[in-house]
Amino acid sequence: MSIDLKMAWRNIWRHPRRAILTMAAIAFATVLLVFMLSWQFGSYDTMINAAVKVHTGHLQVQAAGYHEQQNMHLVVPDPVSVSRLLDDIPDVAAHTARATAFSLVSSHERTYGVAVRGIDPTKEAQVTTVGQVIRQGKYLSDDDAAQALVGGLLAKNLRVGVGDELVLLGQGRDGSIAATVVQVAGIFSYGQDELDRNVIYIPLPYFQEVYSMQGAVHEVVVLGTSLEAVPRIKRSVSAELKTIDKKNKLVVLDWMELMPGLIQSIQMDLISGFIMYLILIIVVAFSILNTFLMVIFERTREFGVFMALGTTPGRLTRLLLLESTTLTLLGTAMGIVAGSLVTWYFQVHGIVISGTSEMLQQYGLPERMYPQLSTLSIAVGAGLVLAITLAAALYPALKVRRLRPVEAMRAV
Amino acid sequence: MFFQLGWRNIWRNRRRTLVILTAVVIGVWSMIFLSSLMRGVADQFVSNGIKTLTGHIQVHHTGYREDPVVENSIKNPAGVEAVLTAVLPPEAQWAPRVRVNAVASNARHSTGITMVGIDPSREAGVSFIGEAITEGRYLKSDDPYGIVVGKALVKKFETKVGRKLVLMSQDTEGETASRAFRIVGVYRAEMQATEKQFAFVSMPAAQQMLNLSHGISEVAVLLAEHGQAMQVANTLRAELSADEYEVNTWQELLPMGSAIMKIYDWFIFIWFLVVFIAMGFGIVNTTLMAVFERVREFGLLKALGMKPWWIVKEVLIESFCLLILGMVIGNAAGFVSVLAISRTGIDLSALAAGMEYWGMSRVIYPHILGQDVMMANLVVFILGLVVSLYPAIKASRFTPVEALAHT
Repeated sequence: MSIDLKMAWRNIWRHPRRAILTMAAIAFATVLLVFMLSWQFGSYDTMINAAVKVHTGHLQVQAAGYHEQQNMHLVVPDPVSVSRLLDDIPDVAAHTARATAFSLVSSHERTYGVAVRGIDPTKEAQVTTVGQVIRQGKYLSDDDAAQALVGGLLAKNLRVGVGDELVLLGQGRDGSIAATVVQVAGIFSYGQDELDRNVIYIPLPYFQEVYSMQGAVHEVVVLGTSLEAVPRIKRSVSAELKTIDKKNKLVVLDWMELMPGLIQSIQMDLISGFIMYLILIIVVAFSILNTFLMVIFERTREFGVFMALGTTPGRLTRLLLLESTTLTLLGTAMGIVAGSLVTWYFQVHGIVISGTSEMLQQYGLPERMYPQLSTLSIAVGAGLVLAITLAAALYPALKVRRLRPVEAMRAV
Repeated sequence: MFFQLGWRNIWRNRRRTLVILTAVVIGVWSMIFLSSLMRGVADQFVSNGIKTLTGHIQVHHTGYREDPVVENSIKNPAGVEAVLTAVLPPEAQWAPRVRVNAVASNARHSTGITMVGIDPSREAGVSFIGEAITEGRYLKSDDPYGIVVGKALVKKFETKVGRKLVLMSQDTEGETASRAFRIVGVYRAEMQATEKQFAFVSMPAAQQMLNLSHGISEVAVLLAEHGQAMQVANTLRAELSADEYEVNTWQELLPMGSAIMKIYDWFIFIWFLVVFIAMGFGIVNTTLMAVFERVREFGLLKALGMKPWWIVKEVLIESFCLLILGMVIGNAAGFVSVLAISRTGIDLSALAAGMEYWGMSRVIYPHILGQDVMMANLVVFILGLVVSLYPAIKASRFTPVEALAHT
């Protein structure tokens, strides 16, 4: 150990109580930041995954303009070749095709306007959670034709149960009238009123027949192996699409483009979080600034002697910085360890904020949330604390250079 | 005398006091300022909901909330209206509505919407629609075919003022009822979802179309303040027969709003604690330093016969002066910064889609709540004194002999 380091270490422990309190303050801020950042990142993952798994998938291939207008005439004309192309792209975990048409649905007593979606039962279940939210009856199978899955709230409004018949009335792709009778095979409930009240699923081949789709669909939904793979998949799909889509009518949209609200609300949460952390760390920095500052008051004589003996101001600054850095690093290290332990505990057990489950459900989120400990949350949390506390330590370390040996030695 | 001593003692080392004072001031400021912003967000969320047709109180026919169809209408609104006029406080406003799910379509598009039949002048006093028209005009009380729709719907339907829009719904007999309207006005709302959902027509037009004669779906009441809802609702419940009418307050109608308010209650309290802990370390440390510098002084005081309790008191009073000063400045700074942005608010239009995702509006106006200010100051003051006890007791334990030997 170099002599400077040894001196710094001993100087720190000249006031053990003060040193411990200072480290505790730094550790506290670090624990809090590591935990909160892990919590935020964890909840973003949950939010994105939930949203992606409920409906949109990671990516979609659509006709240009369909996403904005939801116009049923904007189609992906040849979904088979698109899906063949997707099969060859690595990182694609699953994909499925869908078609949607707005229609009137009537039971014996009631009529409502709903979105009728044609889905491929087997493939859809690999991409979204629809197969897991059937509360009554059963999910669709590939041989089903005139069978439908109905949202729980819609079923209630229509006063129908499993086995009852519904009349669908809408407009086909070619402008013809699309009308059919389907039987309720199952009732699903996501817990999101928006979906449970407005959506009916029927098998895609049957949909294509009823709505005269001529084999076309509205969206090809892709699920990647992970969120990180999405940009890669998007690049390869866009490139490959050019080979089959000569007129450039198809586009690839990722989840951020499909749900701009989601990514923006994450940004908003991040920004407001960072403002709070910044304020918190600044309060901590001022709290511990006195520890560093005291050095100047208490040890003026000592520094005077040092300087008289020939220690350069630069070395004094270095010595003081070494002291404060050691103190700060120790505090941060303790904070990282404690913060990781706390986070890890909740990562295993999850956190339930009482009274929020219903609200979370409306956004498609589970009631138990899990923080996600990552090198990123540790690095960002500890990094912020380190940067700001070290900035606070700079002031006394630079101030010491202004001391004059003779005056300093005379100080009390 | 203690106060004078305490006050002078904290200024013996000016720089050190200023540093810890800064920590307290920033802490208190952030408590006041951030809690007012969070309250602003929650408040806006609720106010938005209330203005978007919910009102503070709604009266329905029993069963309508479960199953919102024409069969569950209030058949005899005159009776309800008489009660409302008699019972409601004078500054309250109310409006009757016919409200049913319908399908809107034009030549190219069709979608599900909510058709709202309104009394235009009464409705303007209760919900946002009176001031929201950006193109064309507002409804007239007997407009037979006029309809007012949201900007987002107009865009989606590729239509404009003057064009036709056909609405289709079920009438009281369960038969399909349809009526062609002409778009007379376009409104803007806080949220696109609202613009896509609601289409307004005049009350007689809706009643005629649905074969309702004089029936209505609901009455919405707007009071002077959010807080009155519970009490007024209870008076209404006493007057209206429970078999026939359901009276609900906004807390029941907007469960999300109440949930958000509850979460923020907790969040604000936790934030106060966290900020306090952050500055608490500084307070303890600084007071400890101040005490240890003065070991000789305390020893001397004790040798002269000062009781330990007086020394505790002396140190606590120093913290007290520090805390009070920090709180005064922090509060002032908090109020000033809230005041500074209270007119313009914080504009988050850049993240509009994100705000919409959570059902919040684009501009946040801070809202200072007395209870938050009180809580912030109490937390800082009480806990501040509690943590100062440690150095204070430390100081009172110095024995005169040891202390005087201390250099």
